[in-house]
Amino acid sequence: MDASVILFYVISVLLVLSSLMVVFLRNVVHCALALVVALFLIAILFVMLHAPMVGVLQVLVYAGAIMVLFLFVIMFLNPTASEPRRKLWWGFGSAAALLLAASLAALLSNGEAPADPVTATETFGSPETLAKSLFTDFVLPFEITSVLLLVAIIGAVVLAKREP
Amino acid sequence: MQAYIDQLIRDGYFAGMPKEVVYAVAMVLAAFIVLSVFVAPLAGVTSWLERRVWARMQSRVGPNRVGPQGILQWLADGIKNLLKEDLIPSAADAKLFSLAPYVVFVGFLCAFVVIPFGSQLIVADLNIGILYILAVTSLVVVGILMAGWSSNNKWSLLGGMRSAAQIVSYEIPAGLSILTIVFLAGTMSMQGIIKAQGWAPWDWFLFNNPFTFAAFFLYFTAALAEGNRTPFDIPEAESELVAGYVTEYSGMRFLFFFFAEWGNLYVIGAVATTLFLGGWQVPPVTSDPILLGVLQFVVFFLKAYLWVFIAMWVRATLPRVRVDQLMALCWKYMVPLSFLCLLGTICWMLVFPKGNQIFSVAMFVLGLLIVAYFFKRVVFQIRHARPELYFKPHI
Repeated sequence: MDASVILFYVISVLLVLSSLMVVFLRNVVHCALALVVALFLIAILFVMLHAPMVGVLQVLVYAGAIMVLFLFVIMFLNPTASEPRRKLWWGFGSAAALLLAASLAALLSNGEAPADPVTATETFGSPETLAKSLFTDFVLPFEITSVLLLVAIIGAVVLAKREP
Repeated sequence: MQAYIDQLIRDGYFAGMPKEVVYAVAMVLAAFIVLSVFVAPLAGVTSWLERRVWARMQSRVGPNRVGPQGILQWLADGIKNLLKEDLIPSAADAKLFSLAPYVVFVGFLCAFVVIPFGSQLIVADLNIGILYILAVTSLVVVGILMAGWSSNNKWSLLGGMRSAAQIVSYEIPAGLSILTIVFLAGTMSMQGIIKAQGWAPWDWFLFNNPFTFAAFFLYFTAALAEGNRTPFDIPEAESELVAGYVTEYSGMRFLFFFFAEWGNLYVIGAVATTLFLGGWQVPPVTSDPILLGVLQFVVFFLKAYLWVFIAMWVRATLPRVRVDQLMALCWKYMVPLSFLCLLGTICWMLVFPKGNQIFSVAMFVLGLLIVAYFFKRVVFQIRHARPELYFKPHI
């Protein structure tokens, strides 16, 4: 077996374990930290797929900035007691997860190879390739996303500045 | 580094072993060598030098007993802290509490992977080098938050919160000033950025145009704030928060945080040298590869360590800022200024696509004049303070 395949399985098992910890741990801070670990492992998967740029951005944006803000808010509110189990939400969540698993199973059991696979070369995930495809093929979704982010920033400022 | 290992494999040094095993062993060995031969003594000697330099600046003597001039003080401190009891408060979250120092440590140590000490002397020249440094150093803040929260102490928690807010805020001006240089160099690889500059000071990106000159100081200030250094060390402000997020730590775990802080100081200097000060570029004086490598290493090390020294100087000179002043400085002044630097550099690149040599030389001369006048003032002050102490630094 190839070393990268062994590495993939090790990382995947750890990823699934840490994702399960996000759901099943009772302390919110522990859940958030497990999510940081999961995001970090996904970044390693990106690097293994010859996309180091996406991997590093994953660490920088998700593990480094967004999760820090999550932790910041959670720690400030400092939930002393562990979250109580709520039966209703538990049911909803399980149903949604089962639905997702069923649809994924249908997709994965379909053993055909994708019609037009991309070969991962050294330059496949380089900043140049990423930038070229962002600003040529995907320029409209890219611009729409940036407008969405701008709207979110303006909304946050308006909400923060509202008179009490 | 990988090319070197490949060469060794081709030469038949590891016959019969799987390639992956050789790579893994080489990686562990390289990490061990970097940590024990370079980073540990570097951080240790920096801690000793910092105490000596402050002492001199405050008309004291400082640690001078262990070894010549006290240079082995850091070893004595290390042994003392290893032998101390490792306390975990009973109300603390024990697992996170003991894990937090390692997260901080790993975050800062990962940066050494892409620091170019010479044209050949680099662990891995990633094509996203500078972005990688930003990413791994942003992991440090997770460790600090873990330390602050798991201590179950209000001072620790407040320190962790301040640190998180500060680091996330100052990443923006630091990232924008780095982006200025990425535009000029056209690459994010550390070696590529250095190769885009020359050995002469007027070929450095620092003197490329007035906007990069400003971006350098923005980067250095933001990096000091990200490294929790005075005047931005409010997360561990001893006059208000005891010791911030390290309040409950003792023994070696306590030392790990400061180890990371002193080591991080060198990373700041190294990144500033790579981006703005020409890195390891040396004049073409020799063609001997080993001699050239040594020369490049010395040049890079001295340039980077100069900024470590300046950070010590700043720490001994400036008072600590308040929390609101810190945030106002970042969001109201440094973020707009770094955007201005970015736009200015883009316009400059449009007007002078090949750079403006005359202007760069003029900038360099102006910079030299400012430094010369500054040193004239410093010498004047020293002469009028305690010349018998300052001109005999070996007491």
